[in-house]
This record gives sequence, C-alpha cells and structure tokens, in this order.
Amino acid sequence: MDAELLSRLQFAVTIAFHFIFPPISIGLGLMLVIVEWLGWKKNDGEYVKLGKFFSKILAITFAVGVASGLVMVLQFGTNWARYSAFVGDIFGAPLAAEAVFAFFLESTFLGLYIFGRNKVSKGVHWFSILMVTIGATISAFWILVANSWQQTPAGFAIQNLITGEIINNPVSGVGYNPAEYRAILTDFWAAVFNPSTLSRFFHTMIAAFMTGAFLMAGSLAYMIRKNRDTQIALKGLKVSLIVAFIFSILQLFPIGHHHAKDVAKYQKEKFAAIQGLYDSEEGAPLVLFGYLTGDIPPEMKAKISIPGVLSWLATGDANAKITGLAEIPPQNRPPMWMPFVSYHNMVALGTLFILLSLWGVIQTKRNKLLESKKFLRVLFWTIPLPVIACQFGWVAAEVGRQPWIVYNLLRTSDSFSNTVPVGQVWFTFILFSVLYVIMTIVYIYLMMKELKHGITPYNETAPAEPEGKEGKA
Amino acid sequence: MEFQLLNVIWFILVTVLLAVYAILDGFDLGVGILHLFVKGEENKRILMNSIGPVWDGNEVWLLAGGGSIFAAFPLVYATAFSSFYLAVYLLLLALFFRAISFEFRGKVESPGWRKFWDYSFGIGSLLPAVLLGVAYGNILRGLPLDANKIFTGSFFDLLNPYAVLIGILALVMCLMQGAIYLTHKTEGELKEKYEKLATKFWVAFIALWFVVTVLSLFISKFLFDGITKSPFFWVLFLLFLFSIAMIPVTLKAKNNKRAFLFSSLSIFAMIGLSAVGLFPRLIPSLTDLKNSLTIINASSTQGTLTAMLIIALIGMPFVLGYTIYIYKVFKGKTVLHEDSY
Repeated sequence: MDAELLSRLQFAVTIAFHFIFPPISIGLGLMLVIVEWLGWKKNDGEYVKLGKFFSKILAITFAVGVASGLVMVLQFGTNWARYSAFVGDIFGAPLAAEAVFAFFLESTFLGLYIFGRNKVSKGVHWFSILMVTIGATISAFWILVANSWQQTPAGFAIQNLITGEIINNPVSGVGYNPAEYRAILTDFWAAVFNPSTLSRFFHTMIAAFMTGAFLMAGSLAYMIRKNRDTQIALKGLKVSLIVAFIFSILQLFPIGHHHAKDVAKYQKEKFAAIQGLYDSEEGAPLVLFGYLTGDIPPEMKAKISIPGVLSWLATGDANAKITGLAEIPPQNRPPMWMPFVSYHNMVALGTLFILLSLWGVIQTKRNKLLESKKFLRVLFWTIPLPVIACQFGWVAAEVGRQPWIVYNLLRTSDSFSNTVPVGQVWFTFILFSVLYVIMTIVYIYLMMKELKHGITPYNETAPAEPEGKEGKA
Repeated sequence: MEFQLLNVIWFILVTVLLAVYAILDGFDLGVGILHLFVKGEENKRILMNSIGPVWDGNEVWLLAGGGSIFAAFPLVYATAFSSFYLAVYLLLLALFFRAISFEFRGKVESPGWRKFWDYSFGIGSLLPAVLLGVAYGNILRGLPLDANKIFTGSFFDLLNPYAVLIGILALVMCLMQGAIYLTHKTEGELKEKYEKLATKFWVAFIALWFVVTVLSLFISKFLFDGITKSPFFWVLFLLFLFSIAMIPVTLKAKNNKRAFLFSSLSIFAMIGLSAVGLFPRLIPSLTDLKNSLTIINASSTQGTLTAMLIIALIGMPFVLGYTIYIYKVFKGKTVLHEDSY
C-alpha cells in the first residue's frame, strides 16, 4: 500500500472512532440540560439523580472524545502536510476559533459540572451544563465550517506561490499543485457560511440530539426491564422519547431533505453517487432499495424505485434532469458503491428512528410504557444505531467528495505528507487501529457496568448529604 | 508595515499561548509524574483529584497554541508535525491514555485495573513533558530544512544530545511546578514531602538551565545575535532571575501560593527568552539559516491574521474570566468526596 492510501485509512479510522463520541456528548448534554432544569425548577430529587447518573456517562464519553479529537487535529499536520500548507490560510482559522470559543468553554465548565454539584448554587450548576452543551455546539459549528469548506469552498482566491499572482476565478475540476499554489482567504463570512455550512450543521446537530435522546431512552428502558429504579427511569424515559421523536421528525423534514437538495445543487457528482445514478436521467427515480454491483458501469439489482421522485425532491420538478456519474470525466468521479450503500442505510435507520420514537410517544400517552417489555428491549438495542447512522452519513459525505480533498480544487492524491516514510505510517496506522478497537470495547464495557450499577447505589441506606465545606475558603 | 506588525503580534500571541500551556500543563503533568512515586490509594487519589477539575481546560491551551500555529503560520504546522511524525504519535498516545485514565481508573474495583491506569496516568504525563521539551530543543537547534523548506532529517536525528537535554530540562521544570502546586493543595506529611522535593527540583532546574544556556551559546549561536539590544530580552531576563530567586525564599516562608506564582513566572520568562532568541524565525534551518521558516515566509495572509486577531480579542477575555472563576471555586486543599475520581 502507498502512503496516500495508508494516510487515508489512518484518517478514516481516527475519525470513525472519534465520531462515536461527540454526537453522544452533544446529545447527552442537551438531555442533561433538560433533566437538570426539571430537577432544579421542580425541586425534584429524582431528576437530580437522573442527572447525576448520566453525568458520569457524559464524563467518560467526553474524555475519550477529547483524547481522540487531539489525534484528529494533529493528523492534518502529520499526515496531510501538503493539504495543511495549501489550505492553512483558510482552514486554520475555524480550528483556532473552535479552541478559543468552544474547547475552553466545554472543558472548563465540565469540570465545574462534574465536581461542583455541592460547591456552587443549583442555578450555577445548571448554568455549567448549559455552557458545556453550548460549547459542544459551537465546537461542532466550527469543525463543520472547516469540513463544509472542503465540500463547497467559498470566500477564497488561489495564489501562485512563485509569482505571487492572485487568481480570483480559480479553475474548477483540474486540481492545483500545493507545491506551487495555495488558497487564500478573501471573504471571511463567505468562507464560514459557505453554501453547505448551515444545512450540514443542522443535520449533524440533530443527529447528535437524536443520539443522546436514544442513548438515554435505551439506558432507562434497560433499567426498567431489570426492575431497577423503575420510577425514576420512567420519568426520564418519557422525556427522552419525546425529544427523540421531535428530532427524528425534524431530521427527515425539513433538515435532511434540505441538506440533500443542497448536495444536488452544489455537488452533483456526490449526489449521483449516493443516489446510485450512473446514467443521467430526466425524471429520475428515487431508489428505495437496490443492490449495487461493484462493476463499471455498475448494475443495480433487485431495484425498487419510484419514477420521477428523485428529480422532484431534488429540484421541485418531477421532469428535471439529474446528472449521472457517466457524464462526469472519469478522473473526477467518486466511487459509487460506498456512498450509495452508506446513504441508503442512513436513511433506513432514520426511518426506523421515527417509527420507534412515535410508538414510544403513543405508549407514553396510553400509559403503557412499563408493560411493553418487548419495546423496552428494542429500545435498549437501539442505543448504538444513531451512532452507526452518523457513521454512514459521514462515509457518504466524505467518500462522495473523492477524488477531491477540497472539492474541485485540490486532489487527495496531492495532499498527503510525502516526506513521511511509509513504514512509519504503517506503524502508526496499525498501532492506533488496535488502540481504537480496544478502547471501543472498554468503553462499551464501562457503559454496561454503569447501566448494571443503576441510578441509586446499592449501599444507599442513609442520605449522606455533604456539607459542602471543603477546603479553606 | 501593517502586514509585518500583524505577523509580530501573532508571534507574540503564539508564544504567550504556549507559555501559558507550559505553566498550566506544567503543574498537572508534574503532578502526574509525581503520582508514579506516591504510595497508598488515598494519596494517589488526592494527587489525581488535585488537578481533577482543571486538567482538561489546561490541555486546551496546547490545542489553542497548535490551532493558532495552523491558522497563523500554516507552513510551520505542516513542516513541524510531519517532521516530528513518530514523536507526535508517541505524544498523542501518551495524552490519549492520560486523558482517559482519570475517568477509567476508579470505575472498576480491581487492583490490576487501577495499577494499569496509574501507570497510564504517570507515564502519560512523563512522556509529553519530555517529548515536548525534545521537540522544542530541536526547534532551538534548527531542523535540517532544504531550500524548499522541506525536512530532510530522520527520526533519530531528533534525538540529539542537545535536544534531549532540553527534554530533561522540561521534565524537571514540570516536576518543580507540580511539586510546588502540591505544597499548596495537600496537607500534613504529603505537604512536607513536596516542600522538600520542590527545593530539590528547584536546584536541578537552575543547574540544567545554566548548562543548556551555556551549550546554546555554542550550538545555537544565532539565538543570541543582537539579543542584548532587545528591551524584551532585558525585561524577561530580569523577571527570570528575580522569580527564580524568589522561589526558595517563598517556599521557606511557607507562602506556597506565592512560590507557585514565581515558579509560573520563571517558566513564562524562560520560554519568552527563547522566543526572543528565535525571533523572527519560527523554525531555523540547520543547514543554512536562509532556509528558515520565519514569521514572514510561513505566515497566512493579512486578512486571515486580522480575522484571527479579532477572534482572539473577542474570545480570550471570556476564557480568562471563567478560567479564573473555576480556579476560585476549587481553591484550597484537595479533599476526596463522592464526585471525586
């Protein structure tokens, strides 16, 4: 394997691993903001206990997220040096803004939230989890600004490094050599709010909220099934099912729909790949199900599709022409199989989330949540599915952008660090892949341990309320 | 002119970010290393919890410093990290295990499990201290950059005696800073122990600093070119001498809070002095100083530097405000309670 493919694989495993945790932290953060608010305002100790329990899960998740996030950021320098040099003028600013506006906020207030329950007033304590969640949201915003700029670059010009000449209308679809050119910022706000930033941001945030809500729902469903803290768990379960339902619906419409429309408008190659469209078509059908072969041109087997719907969804006109991959020059075509399969699995999971949470809300209304043991079991096994859906979405978005690292400007093959010996990349790739597998297992083990431990500690006989006087003030 | 002014401002800001990182993570890496040598479950937990609420925020200064280098001087980011490839991954591995050891250690009641995370915490603190020191030592010595500003050395070139010595200096610096922090956060026997240790680390720190400075006069002569003409040099040099002299005085007077302040100031001054020497270079070239990466040839455009400056001016006052608030909330001796690690 060459350094390019290895660097890509290493980047992929790092992000795949990292991207397990932030959606959980963000989503759980929101759930804790709600639960702690209820505990504070209603002066209800049961919500406080829920908050305490899930704050432990948040702390573990956050720690792994921070640790893996550091690897992610430094990889731009280690494995993608030519990319970093090419885009540094634009790409570095959102990363630095993320640290200044988000990381400090998140990590500082997380310390206060976890350790300060008995040291500060209830209001300040609630404020601290609010700040953690706002920090996580700002963090997601800036990292998605950086990612969106790679997908739909805006607010920049290209500079020739040798002559210093500035090209205001760069050639699209050829690829600049990072040894001779770099991208420079011409309009900060245009770069930040490039065409795909907002729809990607809302899409990802809602995915994270769904992840947190389903994690809370599944965990509490598990406890109810085991007859542990049933009363407290039921309270939390109701809240989380409602949140899960609201965001599952919003994710389909308007957010997901809008995001897909943007892809159709700004990245027609990616749109063709995720929809499995090889030949351009007028009145293109929406493929609900299909098995795509890996041949070129690919063949769609066992296809179930509705004519005209894809054109209609993408443009509002059922007869509009949708570009297929065949129309794209071969050197600019993304692979089709991976984006198609991941995208369709993501949509299928999204549909499942709507149905599940809808059923949960109905059962809540009918006061039958405690009785439907089967449903509670399904909810427990749903915990990992939103995380998997996030991964599918990310694969569809990033593989669908290939062969570009910056869409139509810089090729992935021109971007990896060519000064690093291949042997060293092999070494770190294997080392970190093994580390990630082990850490995923340990993380799941610790989560299950917390779940089995339950909300109320076994040995809680007398309420040992701390005096809140530690240290000399 | 304005273009150059912004570049100078960013050079100063990056230095300040990294110096604050060295001060803050200096004490919590130091506590992590000292944790390796402390006996007894309760003492181990006290050490870990003394930095519990703040270590994560401290580490963000490294991210902010790194992010600023990426944004303000992208060529330095690209060159430094790809040149230090294996060292960076070793650092990441260490920081990875360190970060999760806080949360994981207390979650399973088994001596083997705890021992594993104790070592993760300790070694995960020791390695970053040494590695960052070695990396900085290599910057001060210069990297083998060719005319295209591309690194031509190998991993083992980075382990030269001069850089390794600076790695040890960084280690001792963290130990001194960590021990002084602990004199402030612990009580009784533990406190006395760290008071004694702090003085020893102080002696070692001065001795090493002196050796490194003398060696630099021969190995990295360019650091001293015209340095006495800079007012920054004199201010920082006097600050360094004063604060380093005040450390044993304040320790003896049992004014541990003030000792910590002077230890922090001496770290700030020491890093500041090295930055004055480097200026305007960011990565000197070992082969020919003309090939160095400087604040001019490695920088982003004026527009980006301006945008970043605005971001920093808006964001950093808030950061400082709530960071100080958190340290106030958690001031005083570390006491274990139900929310502790």
